[in-house]
Amino acid sequence: MIQKDKLYSIWVYLQAEPLFWLTLTIGSYLVGDYLYKKSKLFPLVNPVAISILIISYERYFEGAKFIHFMLGPATVALAIPIYKQFKLIQKEALSISVSLVTGSLFAIISTFALCEIFKIDDQVLFSMLPRSATAPIAMGIADLIGGIPSLTAIITILTGIMGASFGTFALDFLKLKDMSARGFGLGLASHGLGTARAMSRNETAGVFAALALGLNGIATSILVPLLFKLLNIF
Amino acid sequence: MLRAIFVIFFFQLLGEALKKFFEMRIPGPVIGLILLLIALIFLKRFKTTAVNKLKNDVLSTSNYILSYLSLLFVPIGVGVVMHLSYLENNLFKVLVIVFISTILTIGLTAFLMEKINKQINKK
Repeated sequence: MIQKDKLYSIWVYLQAEPLFWLTLTIGSYLVGDYLYKKSKLFPLVNPVAISILIISYERYFEGAKFIHFMLGPATVALAIPIYKQFKLIQKEALSISVSLVTGSLFAIISTFALCEIFKIDDQVLFSMLPRSATAPIAMGIADLIGGIPSLTAIITILTGIMGASFGTFALDFLKLKDMSARGFGLGLASHGLGTARAMSRNETAGVFAALALGLNGIATSILVPLLFKLLNIF
Repeated sequence: MLRAIFVIFFFQLLGEALKKFFEMRIPGPVIGLILLLIALIFLKRFKTTAVNKLKNDVLSTSNYILSYLSLLFVPIGVGVVMHLSYLENNLFKVLVIVFISTILTIGLTAFLMEKINKQINKK
């Protein structure tokens, strides 16, 4: 019994420190990454999803703040691959603009239509509309049109997880080979998580995903309020 | 490595400050990304060894950080999964809507882009 109490007190001590959660996060990620490679890069064996399943614990976030913090610098670091592929981006300027406007509109309108079909409450609907933009932008838009920002955060991350886990199936089904197009689709619809997935497979795909993430953040923050006004007129 | 980390943090800081100053809705790190990109393009004109050294340092450090981009999403992912109950009885419907709409958006966007690129390359 004494042994058990001692173990418990060690656990209480450790779980209050970031070290434990940081080690756990990196460990779970490595397990996920190992399984992902073992499965010959099968998209559903997603290292992020596996880590989430291993960890899921309420008090986790406090301890893992440092890893979360690195998201900001990593976003800034995306400037480097974009810089390296700047010529290709300039060359594909036309297809980028057309796909951006079409994809962004489609994401918003299809979400709206599906919400109508499934009879979703207005407040939840408004929280869902900007979900393809990166989380901080989506939350700002939701706030503007009367959604609930914290609900938007959850739905936006879910969008990212869905895109990162299932997106490549859609791309393979359509037999798309163009790495810039594959990346752009993933980044546009599923922002950071989609970009991370694209980046882990191919640098060109990653660059175009990062580009789509940035551009769709801007497009969504213009289109959602605009469509929302149109909706109120009718 | 250390100098590159300084450069990256500095640009993020600059982005956060500008966001606050102009009360923009774009996230600070995204503004930092744009500023760093502009700086890199601008620095192309200067080919001194000091500039090149710093640039190479930033390039290799960034590649290193980006190779672990997925890992950085684990904390927020856990947070979301722990708060799924927040969606109450809408959970299943929301999951279905998000799934369908996201997959179709990815497919449509990439399909369109590949077709246009092919047309342009033919000419």
